[in-house]
Order: sequence, then C-alpha cells, then structure tokens
Amino acid sequence: MGILVYAEHDNSTIKGATLNVVTAAAKIGGDITVLVAGKGCGAAAEAAAKIAGVSKVLVADNDAYGHQLAENVADLVAELGKGYSHILIPATTTGKNFAPRVAALLDAEQISEIITVESADTFKRPIYAGNAIATVQSSDSVKVITVRATGFDAAAAEGGSASVEAVDVAKDAGVSSFVSEELAKSDRPELTAAKVVISGGRGMQNGDNFEMLYKVADKLGAAVGASRAAVDAGFVPNDMQVGQTGKIVAPQLYIAIGISGAIQHLAGMKDSKVIVAINKDEEAPIFQVADYGLVADLFDAVPELEKQI
Amino acid sequence: MKVLVPIKRVVDYNVKVRVKADNTGVDLANVKMAMNPFCEIAVEEAVRLKEKGVVTEIIAVTVGSKAAQEQLRTAMALGADRSILIETEEDAQPLAIAKALKAIVEKEQPQLVILGKQAIDGDNSQTGQMLAALTGMAQGTFASEVVVEGDKVKVTREVDGGFQTVELKLPAVVTTDLRLNEPRYASLPNIMKAKKKPLDTVSGADLGVDFAPRTKTLKVEAPAARSAGIKVASVEELVSKLKNEAKVI
Repeated sequence: MGILVYAEHDNSTIKGATLNVVTAAAKIGGDITVLVAGKGCGAAAEAAAKIAGVSKVLVADNDAYGHQLAENVADLVAELGKGYSHILIPATTTGKNFAPRVAALLDAEQISEIITVESADTFKRPIYAGNAIATVQSSDSVKVITVRATGFDAAAAEGGSASVEAVDVAKDAGVSSFVSEELAKSDRPELTAAKVVISGGRGMQNGDNFEMLYKVADKLGAAVGASRAAVDAGFVPNDMQVGQTGKIVAPQLYIAIGISGAIQHLAGMKDSKVIVAINKDEEAPIFQVADYGLVADLFDAVPELEKQI
Repeated sequence: MKVLVPIKRVVDYNVKVRVKADNTGVDLANVKMAMNPFCEIAVEEAVRLKEKGVVTEIIAVTVGSKAAQEQLRTAMALGADRSILIETEEDAQPLAIAKALKAIVEKEQPQLVILGKQAIDGDNSQTGQMLAALTGMAQGTFASEVVVEGDKVKVTREVDGGFQTVELKLPAVVTTDLRLNEPRYASLPNIMKAKKKPLDTVSGADLGVDFAPRTKTLKVEAPAARSAGIKVASVEELVSKLKNEAKVI
C-alpha cells in the first residue's frame, strides 16, 4: 500500500517541514512516495528524490498547482491517494488549507497535527492548545493525517535516490484563482526551522523597538517571532506570530522578551529545549515555563544581552 | 444574499482545562462555556456584510447538545436573524459536522458560508474545508479580509510567509483568522430581542447524518509538565548559564 507524503516546496527547493513528515512516515512503516505538485517544480522534485528513505517521487507539474490552490491540489491528492494506506501532509498553512478537503473527498476523518506515531493506526495529537494530549485510533481505510513538524526529527535531505515519475492528472476545478501574494522577505532563518528564536510581546511597546531583537537575532543566527498581542497591536506582521493559532516552534533556545505567557502563546513554544524569559513583571506566567528567568526592564536587558553574546 | 454562519460551543478561552483522572477526556463539569472565539469573528463579519447592504439574511447554525442553544442566542444577539440547532449528544467530529452542514446548505442555498478557522477545543481546523469539498465550493481559509464583488469574493489569507489573496466564485466558504475583525459585544436590548428570534431544532437523523465518531479516542493525558527553572540576577549570569550550563549559544 505505502504512504503518500505531500511535499511543501517553492518549486525550486523543498521546505524543511517535508523532512519531518518523511520521518513520521518512516515511523508508520511502508514504502514512502513523495508528491511534488507545482508549476515548474522540476528542481524541487529532484531535491525530493534525494531525501533519505523516499522510494518514489511523483511530480504533477501544471498551472493548476502553481499557487497551491486548495480546490485543485485536494482533487489531485485525493485521486492519487486512493492507492495508499496513509496520506501525510505537513501541518503548515498550505497543508492545513487543503488536507481536510482531501479527507472529505475520501470520506475519511482527518487526524490533525500528530506529534507521535504509536502504531500504523494510532497517533498522539495535542488538543485544547496543547493542554491535553489525545491518543487517537483511526479506522479509515485511507488515513489522512497532518503532521506537526516539531514532533519529529528531520530526515536527511541527502542520501536517497528515489525514482521520479511524472503524473499526468491535471485538473483545474475552475472555482478559485490566485490574485496576489505579499510574502515577508528576510535573511534570517525561518521561524519554524531556526535553532534559536527570539520573540517579543506587548512589552516591546512598538515595532521600532523590535530592532533591538533583530540585532540580537543576527548575532545568534536566530529567527524573530512575536506574541499575538504584539501582532494584534500592529508592531510586527502576522507571519511572525508564535502560538496556538500562529506558528508552532521548538528550537534549541527560545528567548521570550516582554511576553507575559498566555496559554495560547505557550502552546506555540513550550516544547523548546531551553526557554529564557526576560520580563519586568516577576509574576508573569512565562516564568513558570522558563529554564532561565530574568526579572528586568527589557530596554536595559536586551541591549546588554546584545553586547555580551 | 444569504449567509450561513456555523458556530461551536466550546470551553471559554480563559479557562485552563484539566484532564480527567481516568484519562478519558477533559473535565468539562462546571466549566464556563462560550462561543468559540473564531466563530465570534465569523458572526461579526456576517453582520458587517449585512450592515454594508451586501447580505440580507444571516442564519447561525450549530451541531451540539441542547445547551448549545445559548450560543445560538448569542449569535442572534450579535445580529444573526435566525438559527438552527442540529441536536446530538455525540462527540461529533468535523467530517460528520460538515455532512450535516452540507444538508443545511442544500436547503438554505446560502451564497456565503463563514466559519471560524478552528475551534479551540479540538484544534482540528477541518470543518470549513470539508464542507467546501463536500459541496464543491471554493474556499478562502484563514481570512484577514473579505470583499464581495458581484458574483465573486476576494479573500486575503494569512499564510506562513505573509498574505495570499485569492478570488472565489460564489457560493464559497470562508474561514476566519484572528485579525479579520474585532467582534462587538451584544447590547442588552439585542440580547432581549434575540430571545424572540426563531431557533429551529433538527436531528442528525433528519439530515441523514450519523454523528457517532469513527476515530476512537483511546486516552487523554496531561502534557509533560515543564517546571520553572531558576531566576538569574543579571544578563551576565544569563549569558554564562546559556554558554556553560545549557550550552545553547
């Protein structure tokens, strides 16, 4: 039967989350096929073929898949996925957008955001913003699953030599079209892939003050994130939000600056290896999860931190 | 045009939930319940579209127990014109909910269905997309802006890298993200008026939907607790700990 893994990519390179999903697939066991759907995505397909543990790469190269429109991608994945025991999709905004469509088309109850594989049909997943972990068993013949990248190590990006096969299914559902996109450009690492993340909260007071965090981040090779409060207040754009409804990160080091630590924020970062909190309110809940807490005014502490690292 | 707004009754977002001692689930006894925050944003968006003259009627709908009438009344106090309770005692899963909503869509023929992008209990983020697939509708998920233009709707979506804008043919499904709008509070006169607005009740059987979940929940546990570490006195001590003790920088 085998497992179909949907690759997240930008047509030329494979996005990191795909590698974690391949590891989840390997834990389930079975031949792993990776589907690369896009427009002009040959380079991404070649990269996918090199991922360790992948036996086959399917490439659907067509205008219909160029912008990952859910209506078109879901039809493709549901059509191809019928022949597999599991369809694994990264729990990114792209994956979360189309995966439930695939599940509905296959009459399957999707299992969202798994963090462990217990067996081929049993998985653990967080519910209630990570305040409870459910162990669930699926009885669907094709299991449609989204995978939370932080739950699994990344598979090696090199070392594999999978065969690459073109898929000639190409259908445009004709109900939606891409208009435009506005993507943040940054030389810093991606939030979900960074080894160090430094995030600012409402305590930052305004967007200009995030400059202090960028300076520290550049010294540490870190990504910069934010709490929902900071995004809602307009300090920084939405793609920086860490939390239950933003990005889920689990870096080696997470530095929370001026973040109180609402449960919705903790849901997005509490699996980090080491957590540092700098906040002037010593009662802030963030200190309950921090390995190292510093009660201090961030406007003194952050420039000092930049100097000392 | 008609708008359908499916909503969900969930644990209030301020409540810190506890896992039951027998690991069968989360303890919901005597816990404050409320409308899912993303559903409030969905209701608000529908009301704003009505205020702009784009929408003529707003129908709120939910799948749940009798108690969920409370959230339907809230939706009507916020501006929904009428509501439908699809009553079940089962722990209904997104696929079955989407099938029930499909039956309502076929009956009511809304041009737009606006839902929250996820419920904060199950954190599934599935129902809107599933409904769109089952009805063949286009979808605009995680919306931060919704503009209806003739027989189309333009939806700006919050995606990992920033924003993406798509154009959808109506009828379409939209799921709301946090920054689509700031929901209003219901005024006392509107709460009183909502009590007189129509609330119909139907069952899963009426719609031909079985709400018994197929996926078995074997157990529910508390996450591994993370204990508070130590307080450091200075930036210097912090940097030293990170370098020499945690060895992360």
